[in-house]
Amino acid sequence: MSPLLEVRDLQTHFFTRDGVVRAVDGVSFHLSPGETLGIVGESGCGKSVTALSILRLIAPETGRIVGGSIRFGGRELTTLSNEEMRELRGHKIAMIFQEPMTSLNPVLNIGTQIAESVVRHLRLPWRAARDRAREMLELVRIADPKQRLAEYPHQLSGGMRQRVMIAIALCCNPQVLIADEPTTALDVTIQAQILDLMLDLKEKLGTAIILITHDLGIVAETCERVFVMYAGRMVEEAPAASLFAQPRHPYTRGLLRALPRDEAGSDPTGARPRLTEIPGIVPALTQPIPGCAFVPRCAFAVERCRASPPVLTETAPAHLVSCWETARVAEAVA
Amino acid sequence: MALTASTADDTLPPVGSLVARIATFVRRNPTILIGAALLVALIAMTLAAPWLAGDPFRQAPINRLRPPSERFWFGTDQFGRDVFSRTVYGARVSLIVGLAVSGLASLIGLAIGLSCGYFKRIDGVIMRVMDGIMAIPSILLAIALITLTRPGLGIVVAAIVIPEVPRIVRVVRSVVLSIRAQPYVESAIAGGTRTGKLLARHILPNTLAPLIVQATYVCASAMLIEAGLSFLGAGVPPEIPSWGNIIAQGRTFFQIAPWTIFIPGAFLAVTVLAVNMVGDGLRDRLDPRLARRM
Amino acid sequence: MSVPLSLEVEDLVKHFPVRGGLLQRRRGVVRAVDGVSFSIARGETLGLVGESGCGKTTLSRMVLKLIEPTSGRIRLGGIDVTGLSPRAMWEHRRRVQIVFQDPYSSLNPRLSAGTIVGEPLENFRLATGREKDRRVADLFIRVGLRPESMQRYAHEFSGGQRQRLGIAKALSVNPDLIVADEPVSALDVSVRAQVLNLMITLQEELKLAYLFVSHDLAIVRHVSHRIAVMYLGRIVELADKRALFANPLHPYTEALLAAAPVPDPARRRAKRIILAGDVPSPMRPPSGCRFHTRCPYAEPACRVTDPPLLDVAPGHQVACLMRPAGGGVRPVARSNGSRDRFL
Repeated sequence: MSPLLEVRDLQTHFFTRDGVVRAVDGVSFHLSPGETLGIVGESGCGKSVTALSILRLIAPETGRIVGGSIRFGGRELTTLSNEEMRELRGHKIAMIFQEPMTSLNPVLNIGTQIAESVVRHLRLPWRAARDRAREMLELVRIADPKQRLAEYPHQLSGGMRQRVMIAIALCCNPQVLIADEPTTALDVTIQAQILDLMLDLKEKLGTAIILITHDLGIVAETCERVFVMYAGRMVEEAPAASLFAQPRHPYTRGLLRALPRDEAGSDPTGARPRLTEIPGIVPALTQPIPGCAFVPRCAFAVERCRASPPVLTETAPAHLVSCWETARVAEAVA
Repeated sequence: MALTASTADDTLPPVGSLVARIATFVRRNPTILIGAALLVALIAMTLAAPWLAGDPFRQAPINRLRPPSERFWFGTDQFGRDVFSRTVYGARVSLIVGLAVSGLASLIGLAIGLSCGYFKRIDGVIMRVMDGIMAIPSILLAIALITLTRPGLGIVVAAIVIPEVPRIVRVVRSVVLSIRAQPYVESAIAGGTRTGKLLARHILPNTLAPLIVQATYVCASAMLIEAGLSFLGAGVPPEIPSWGNIIAQGRTFFQIAPWTIFIPGAFLAVTVLAVNMVGDGLRDRLDPRLARRM
Repeated sequence: MSVPLSLEVEDLVKHFPVRGGLLQRRRGVVRAVDGVSFSIARGETLGLVGESGCGKTTLSRMVLKLIEPTSGRIRLGGIDVTGLSPRAMWEHRRRVQIVFQDPYSSLNPRLSAGTIVGEPLENFRLATGREKDRRVADLFIRVGLRPESMQRYAHEFSGGQRQRLGIAKALSVNPDLIVADEPVSALDVSVRAQVLNLMITLQEELKLAYLFVSHDLAIVRHVSHRIAVMYLGRIVELADKRALFANPLHPYTEALLAAAPVPDPARRRAKRIILAGDVPSPMRPPSGCRFHTRCPYAEPACRVTDPPLLDVAPGHQVACLMRPAGGGVRPVARSNGSRDRFL
């Protein structure tokens, strides 16, 4: 099956007073129809910027895509005109964000906000659009959809607002849904509802999902394939099971070991073992990094790692790693 | 006992050299520097007045209404007085009024604003009083005060300060309210900091930035109001040269001797502009709401 | 017991009046905390979990008397501080300190790191001048920061380093109890481990008591000895860590555990209990058991009777009618795990 979305060597830079920030520094991946792909990383790793770059939502005063290609449905997105991108956004590729409080317009009612998108992209008359809006509210499991259409965002809870966001995103049946930390601002029981809803809708509508998050638990539960980002670069890509069972990059390994796990509960004395730390902090993205970005924090780093950036290579079926010493990492994990 | 000390701390960014930091400051804040440079020039000019300018009071009817020339750089007015000299001396009045008003209004406004922002009980009453005072236009107040006493620089300053205080109180109060809600204030209270020290060390310093910005606007505003008052005859006594009354006196002969109005007017405009530039630059630089993470 | 408990809380209540209208009349009451009791011993961590609106933040502030309780008792190290005025409370503040969630707004941006950490020492006149500097330097080392960075300002430190500063400040007065309000939630995963390890080490060395407030079950599980689960202002379950996770008795605890994502794809749960609906407003808590509106096991009795928190097993308390004191048969869910119903 040919991929739905193919990103190759994407580079997005921001131009600030302190220099050029290489937020995304050579990222390549593909997305197949109906697939759930997770992008994982910590703050500043470039995952959100990658998503915004795909939709060309980077504010031109602050930064721009300086290299690479994004192919969607046979078209090259980096060279499309603004008008053509507007056709795509919300229609073929939709996005939902972390903060439902600020993503909805406070002065328009829910029905209008959903219907707007339908009118714009599907060219339906207003009445038909409102009906579609009501259908969408039912689809996202909101009770009394007819009444909710007339309500305003401040009358809804956080979980409901996120459902409305999902309704707006999916109302034109996009092929790709990009969800940027969709549940980070929500309580854990509401989060479970929303993730469950998203997966269910994916089954029903066949939408491919790119789920961006820093929470490895969410990734494990919802994503089929995952890739890990660090300092603007991809470090590892694999099917979820493979990534968690056999992490082959020191950063991924470090992240998994830094998570509190169950072992504490099974210890009869109730003693609390220490979590394995990753020493140091994320590097500043304003300085060009000649070799691997993870070197200062890496227990496996050798001279070669400092000198040249590692290349993404396939070390196991569908499991790609960007590390010179991945063989040693694999041994350490085994 | 000590944890992996080095790993956590190796990565504090180095503090640059003094020269580098000054260079960065210049690069990032052109507005402040231009405004400040203009003001410094003005102040220097004012201080050098006794040597730089001639006698602003000397009347020589034989030289009346002369256009700008070698001898009289800005020409003369209807009494033969040197406009350049009068303008330079007039600068003093504007600067004194501007600085005095902004200084006094800031001190008073700060004290009231801190109290209102921190102590809820007096807040309601005092803010209503402030609203009342804000409603009084300074021009009418000045005229009233002058009628009660006699005209003078002090009266002018008082008349302008009183309606400006509420403006500062509002700004300070709103900043104090937002600071009070910050976790670091809670943290200080939990750490045993008492009210007095809390106000002085935690709240006050964080109000200074917006206060200074407001103070510059008050300064500019005060200069304009003073000029207006003097123009109307309700300000500085006419013997003391002030840009306002120079313009007032030049009004009659405006058509044949426009320099008597334009030149002091231009000086006033440039000075107010310079003060506003400094204020804008400071505001951009110091705005606490931008929550800078460096 | 010869050593007094670090903290004892009895029937603590906090109601916030809601005012509205021109004359600011009292329109209603937010029952933020509605009768909470627990205690924490020296060297022990009590984890406090719950979602937004459950009252855990209000409770944590009451323990420090940053918010005055509406009723109930608070005892710090055996001393009843409930009725103390702010002035009288001052000298007891040494016993309990707090670490905040947001590393960015919990440190005064205008003060140097050393000044921030040393302030409590000044306040309580424990040390001044050189001696204070020496102690602050010691604290820096203790939390894993270089003492030379004392002169730097808060914004020059990273998030994890700032949390360390907050911990150093809390430690400066040798408190018995530290209230940790989501201390690692705002930090990156790779940094959380550093701070959590630090906190555990300090507790073991200094026999500190922690009230560890968090919404993240995995972290709470790692750090706590006992755990209290809160819902709408009440504790619904309080148990030893292992007992809680091995055998959750309250339906809400079950739902929380089921909802928490686990970083292990091999364990994608076959059956999930997904709660329907949103948390009711603390202004209008449901009648009877507060959880009955979302509970998959709710019976008609649950709408009427408000269950008290009772011992169901040694050291394991639950507030649920289905769990009479002394244990009982595990109830059967009415629907299939109450799949996400319409709200």
